Amino acid sequence: MPILEITDLLKRYVAPDGSSTTVVDVPTFAMDAGQQVALQGSSGCGKTTFLNLIAGILRPDNGTIQFNERDTRALSEAGRDRLRAESLGYVFQTFNLLQGYSALENVLLGMMFGKGRDFDYARALLERVGLADRMQYRPRQLSVGQQQRVAVARALANKPQLVLADEPTGNLDHLHAREALALIREICEENGAALLLVSHDRDIIAQFDHVHEFADLNRAMEATT
Amino acid sequence: MSALSTTSGVALIVRRSLRQHALSTAVTLVATALACGLVMSVFSIQRQSYEAFTGGSTGFDAVLGARGSQLQLVLNTVFHLETSPGNIPWTLYQDIKDDRRVSLAIPYATGDNFLGFRIVGTTEEIFTEFEYMEGRKFEVEDGGRPFDAGYAEAVIGSFVARETGLGYGDTFSPYHGLAYNEESQHAEEYTIVGVLEPTNTPSDRVIWIPIEGIFRMGGHVLRGTGDEEGFVPEAGESIPDEHKEVSAVMLNLRAPTAGFELDRLVNKQGKVATFAFPIGLVMADLFNKIGWVNQVFELVAYLVVLVSAAAILASIYNTINERRREFAILRALGARRATVFSAIVIEAATIAGLGAALGFVVYAAILGGTAIVVRAQTGVVLEVTRFHPIFIYAPLGMIALGALAGILPAIKAYTTDVAENLIPHS
Repeated sequence: MPILEITDLLKRYVAPDGSSTTVVDVPTFAMDAGQQVALQGSSGCGKTTFLNLIAGILRPDNGTIQFNERDTRALSEAGRDRLRAESLGYVFQTFNLLQGYSALENVLLGMMFGKGRDFDYARALLERVGLADRMQYRPRQLSVGQQQRVAVARALANKPQLVLADEPTGNLDHLHAREALALIREICEENGAALLLVSHDRDIIAQFDHVHEFADLNRAMEATT
Repeated sequence: MSALSTTSGVALIVRRSLRQHALSTAVTLVATALACGLVMSVFSIQRQSYEAFTGGSTGFDAVLGARGSQLQLVLNTVFHLETSPGNIPWTLYQDIKDDRRVSLAIPYATGDNFLGFRIVGTTEEIFTEFEYMEGRKFEVEDGGRPFDAGYAEAVIGSFVARETGLGYGDTFSPYHGLAYNEESQHAEEYTIVGVLEPTNTPSDRVIWIPIEGIFRMGGHVLRGTGDEEGFVPEAGESIPDEHKEVSAVMLNLRAPTAGFELDRLVNKQGKVATFAFPIGLVMADLFNKIGWVNQVFELVAYLVVLVSAAAILASIYNTINERRREFAILRALGARRATVFSAIVIEAATIAGLGAALGFVVYAAILGGTAIVVRAQTGVVLEVTRFHPIFIYAPLGMIALGALAGILPAIKAYTTDVAENLIPHS
């Protein structure tokens, strides 16, 4: 059963001079619950915009995004906030950890706006990603790899049905990137969450059974190539 | 979404922000504390001084003194401030003492001091009959006693004892005049036979001696007859009543109506004396005249509060740009715009609230310092712990104003574009 179904998704940006650029033009895309899908594409091809549209951070100009058979485009801004808070996890390329907060607090913030604060689950997640002894550390006191693991734990904190991962290994070296990816996939699998990962790294993409070239999905790319 | 969870999320955001911006938070907190403390101090000092000078128990209903200003008469005799408007003949004292409308009449003769503390010549009734508060008479500390009218003895107020170091058995020689001048010391020597228990009234700053002592003090000329040459008593010579004069007569009346009758009789029909009644009203008139000073103080205090609210606004507003990414991340995690908005408003209100709490320390310091000065100057006691509704209104008002000051930065945070600010800016 599809957890995500996208139809005729269109996003344009209007430049200050009034000219319009289509960044995302995806006629169709779908993924099932628990499925792990990788989107491959070069930098600047609209992958992040695509994920932001799915997450409800951006509003599409056209098309539908059915999440659990519900059109997120019809949701109010608060409704989309609730969707992110309760059903989606997001791992950013730059991790986007909050610097003034401890690792544990960062994970707690991942659940506070959704299903509620659960200290035990937050600690369990941090233990699961190997940071049992770093819970009170702030991001800048952690290595890049450790920060990445906090970001993964936070993305899973609200027990999401879908995790969006935007170049999650982009800041890691080859060895750590493979380890991090394995961790993300394992934890998503353990939690029954679907995973939609975008990356330009072929080695990362090669780990997935379901891979799409973003350029094949996105007609906007065809227009620019 | 759990409201409780969101609340704890907001609380966490506020706590961390205050910690992250500790310096600006501390500076703003101090400014807010000063503002709140100042407002509370101004209102409390106003109220307490007004009550002390107008509504506080002075123990007397009215004062009879020389023709002149009622205010000067009250200040001179009740609060032991200002100069005496002059003297009245002893016979006037006797007449009023015998008036059926008067329940107590105690004569005061002033004109000397010791190291700036006023010496008041009076009768033993000040210890035996006078109640400075209902049911409370002057109490002499253990080992002492009231003066004997026939001897050069003195009883000193508690503040005088503390400030001069004088105590039971010590002797001193008065100085002429109400202001201390070391070249004008009298030759007479008085022995302290008692130190009064603190009364927290202007009387604590007074040295009491027998009224005969004032009459016989070297250099004093008695002009009770109105004769310019006057009468200077020799040692051992009794003083005829017609030569005696007093600075004032402190009165208690049998009924308030007696006050109005005597007011008409002395002030409107008579020409030789002034009858100050009621004492509280005379002082209230003073406060009404200088009411604009209070308004200026209040205005200054309100302006300081506004400045502190502006400081809260500026300190938070200045951090919003650097925090845009934080807000974007929070929004990406599912925080609503309203959550971010309320976090900023609550942060501002929290700074104001903490500042208001710290304001009580500022208030205690200001009032404590003022109380020392006021007590030293007037004998009036201001209490730090005396309740005033401003202790509730000022902190609540400060918190409300802080929250109001947080609205502008909150709007700025509210409008943060999530997608645009998720990417770090170098």
